[in-house]
Amino acid sequence: MSGNPGQLRVDAVGPVSDSAAALPAPAVELTDVAARLGGHRVFSYVTLTVRPDEFVALLGPNGAGKSTLLKVILGLVGHTTGTVTVLGAPAGRRNRAIGYLPQRHAFDADTRIRGIDIVRLGLDGHRWGTPVPLLSRLLRPAHHRQAGQRLAEVIDLVGAGAYARRPIGQCSGGEQQRLLIAQALIRRPELLILDEPLDSLDVPSQAGISALIQDICRTQRVAVLMVAHDVNPILPYLDQVIYLARGGAVMGRPAEVITSDTLTTLYGTPVDVLRDRAGRLVVVGQPDAPAHHPGPGR
Amino acid sequence: MQPHLSWDLVEDVRQMLAFPFMVNALRAGTLVAVVAGAIGWVMVLRRQSFAGHTLAVVGFPGAAAAIWLGVATGWGYYGACIASALVIAALPPSARRGGLGGFGEESAVIGTVQAFALACGFLFVSLYHGFLSGLTNLLFGTISGVTGTQVQVLLLAALPCLVVLAVLGRPLLFASIDPDLAGARGVPVRLVGALFLLMLAVAAAGTSQITGSLLVFALLVTPAATAHRLTARPALGVGLSVGFALVASWVGMTFAFYSPYPIGFWVTTVTFAGYLLATGWRLAADRVGQRRRPGSAVASAAARGMPA
Amino acid sequence: MSGLAALGVLRTGGHDPASGLAHMLSHPFIVHALVAGTAVAAVCGLAGYFVVLRGQVFAGDALGHVAYTGALAALAAGIDPRLGLFAATIAVGFGLGLLGGRGAANDVAIGTIFAWVLGLGVFFLAYYTTHASTGNSTANVTVLFGSIFGLSAGAAATAALIAVGLTALLLLIGRPLMFATLDPAVAVAAGVPVRLLGPLFLALVGATAAEATQVIGALLLLGLLAAPAAAAQHLTDRPWTGLWLSAGLAVTSVWAGVTITYAAPRIPASFAIIAVATALYATALLTPRLRAGPGRTTIRPGAASPDPSRAAAAGRSASGARDAVSDGRNLGRPRAAGGRRRPAAAAAGGPR
Repeated sequence: MSGNPGQLRVDAVGPVSDSAAALPAPAVELTDVAARLGGHRVFSYVTLTVRPDEFVALLGPNGAGKSTLLKVILGLVGHTTGTVTVLGAPAGRRNRAIGYLPQRHAFDADTRIRGIDIVRLGLDGHRWGTPVPLLSRLLRPAHHRQAGQRLAEVIDLVGAGAYARRPIGQCSGGEQQRLLIAQALIRRPELLILDEPLDSLDVPSQAGISALIQDICRTQRVAVLMVAHDVNPILPYLDQVIYLARGGAVMGRPAEVITSDTLTTLYGTPVDVLRDRAGRLVVVGQPDAPAHHPGPGR
Repeated sequence: MQPHLSWDLVEDVRQMLAFPFMVNALRAGTLVAVVAGAIGWVMVLRRQSFAGHTLAVVGFPGAAAAIWLGVATGWGYYGACIASALVIAALPPSARRGGLGGFGEESAVIGTVQAFALACGFLFVSLYHGFLSGLTNLLFGTISGVTGTQVQVLLLAALPCLVVLAVLGRPLLFASIDPDLAGARGVPVRLVGALFLLMLAVAAAGTSQITGSLLVFALLVTPAATAHRLTARPALGVGLSVGFALVASWVGMTFAFYSPYPIGFWVTTVTFAGYLLATGWRLAADRVGQRRRPGSAVASAAARGMPA
Repeated sequence: MSGLAALGVLRTGGHDPASGLAHMLSHPFIVHALVAGTAVAAVCGLAGYFVVLRGQVFAGDALGHVAYTGALAALAAGIDPRLGLFAATIAVGFGLGLLGGRGAANDVAIGTIFAWVLGLGVFFLAYYTTHASTGNSTANVTVLFGSIFGLSAGAAATAALIAVGLTALLLLIGRPLMFATLDPAVAVAAGVPVRLLGPLFLALVGATAAEATQVIGALLLLGLLAAPAAAAQHLTDRPWTGLWLSAGLAVTSVWAGVTITYAAPRIPASFAIIAVATALYATALLTPRLRAGPGRTTIRPGAASPDPSRAAAAGRSASGARDAVSDGRNLGRPRAAGGRRRPAAAAAGGPR
């Protein structure tokens, strides 16, 4: 077992496919990718693959570079080595087919914009121009109707019908997340990228959102890549797990990756994975990533 | 008949003091600087700079109304400022976030109040014919219109202000730095805050008479902010703040006397220059300290607890 | 204020509003004022909506000061004040946008800088009045408080045209700007040039401030930027409706203000306009919320969020009430009765 975590690779054994035909092209494929941010290297030689229809979690301690990795996939942060292929194109080209749920603070309680309007922005918020409320209904009725239908569909999909018309600042954390998931889904993406969506939610909400995401992954046939702090809410649904630490990554099925041996090799220090009576995993001994002091004027 | 600035400082000062209006102005300026420096220091600590500014702006329609009604401007200044302070003090704490801080709602309210106050002042000035030239004085300050009565009123206002400040001293400091803990220890935080607002109103009204309603920042905030940049110790900070305000006031008045340019410009420029110097000095000191001991800059900034 | 003197003679004697209105509109200077005022108010309302939404009201304040100084610097230099006005406000607006523009990171520094800018303006004023041979003593008042009736036909037309141009530009970037304001991270991922829109928008606000200075003056323009917009945001929670409502309220303020001044000539127009805008805002604040929703309590009845299928899938007995009881800012403390589950003591995936 070498000390270099990047070289330890548990081969990604995906869901066993019945047909012998070629597996569908991966939604996300990184090969030997390294990225720098603020002058220091965040991770190096990361290789991973996310297939369509897979629900993949991206785990790791604080500062390991999980959010950075997501941004590399979205083309918002450059990568210094390796290749990144997202939905068949270089990173950033096919963002319109990606639903992105960044880590956000909850909307300010003063925000009086309706949730449904924020969801609507996901559809065409990037298009130039300004909608005039009644005019679009008169001038382009078919388009208006279609947009309205899709909006209703996606809100129904996430179960937010009861509060979508409420000012979003007044919605609870779980409700806001559902609305934001709806926003990410409204363009029928092929890939859904979520950055710690369960952070700052209480346990029942976490359970609800996790189940919703699983549901969407299966029924809408969307690949899901989700950064999480705590794997337990989503553990039952995961196909693959990517563990990012010490500049490298390990990918595989949860049962294979989240083990004492694998994590000890990854971190280079003794790490134990325990299972409690309810089947939850507890990781003990995992060190935080070394802190990098941002320079002045960051 | 512009008096000329010569190289003989003593002669210049004597020339200035030959004019009674300058004597009044200098007296007023001194009093205002002392009060503004002291109260301003606490105000910056409490992050209520924009409350001070708004109070001063509200003084403008008060003064204009006073002129229109034929009474001394002092009534208008003090009356309007104190009344507004009482209103603000009566609002529930959630509605009183002091800063101009970005936020949509609070700053929209403050902006509207300021605009409306200035508009009202303009109304009163317009209704009182022939006073449009005095508009500049009300807004931007003047050295030539200070009467002996004004000086006396300033003294009468300043003394209790300073006395109350001295009496409130420690509880006020405590309540400003850590309101929750102070409240738990028995300090009447709301009362102290309300009293401070009243003193702030008096300081703003007094300062407006020198710098004009729009430029109180120059004497009320900037010297205090400069002091905060340089030290975190209260006694030294207040002293520095008062000192800077005095310097700004005297230098500003001297230049206003000897040049055609008004006091508002000079006072803002002098204090701004001081602020820049202090900021630059602080940045340089931090960088030197950082090179010696990495990480100390963060620690020292935290220790200074810089509010400004 | 040159129009006011003439205005004193022209009180309408008609008691019929329609004829009174027609009478008012028969005066060219009124027409000029309304043409310029309407166009400028429209762009103030539209831009102001975003200013308030983005929490950039302080920028409006600062730009007002810069407008004053820019205009007077131009006067002191002997050129058309509007040149200085626009140059200064657009440049400073763009600069503020580059600096990151949201909120007062350091309101003391900002206040100090812009107090100095205002002081600089007074310097130029003094320079202008002592050096310029044709010392126009009303220039100061005109810049401070505007002169809607003092606009010549040409000036009014120019102001209106510029305002129309600014409106068109603002409408062009409306949707991406809203997206970037409400949801910047997603907007960036969707390809919206967020980092460019910020400075561009504040430059546009600068130009709007310059326009508004001609109509209601540098000291009062903040009122026309903030009050109609904040009122609109109180009256509706639909963003696009609010945007157009804000413009409508601003235009209403101008029309009402001009009418008031026409009827009572001793009242200055800029005061009347701001007074109406303030009154509209105050009224909006007092209006009870249109949607009498369940308010801001965190406990909501179970019907609020239908969650049964998801919760069942998760294997918990959580009914809709569970989600309703949660507060998004709460960290892992379920309100479930019976204290079934405490949040996982430590979790695979890293410490918090």
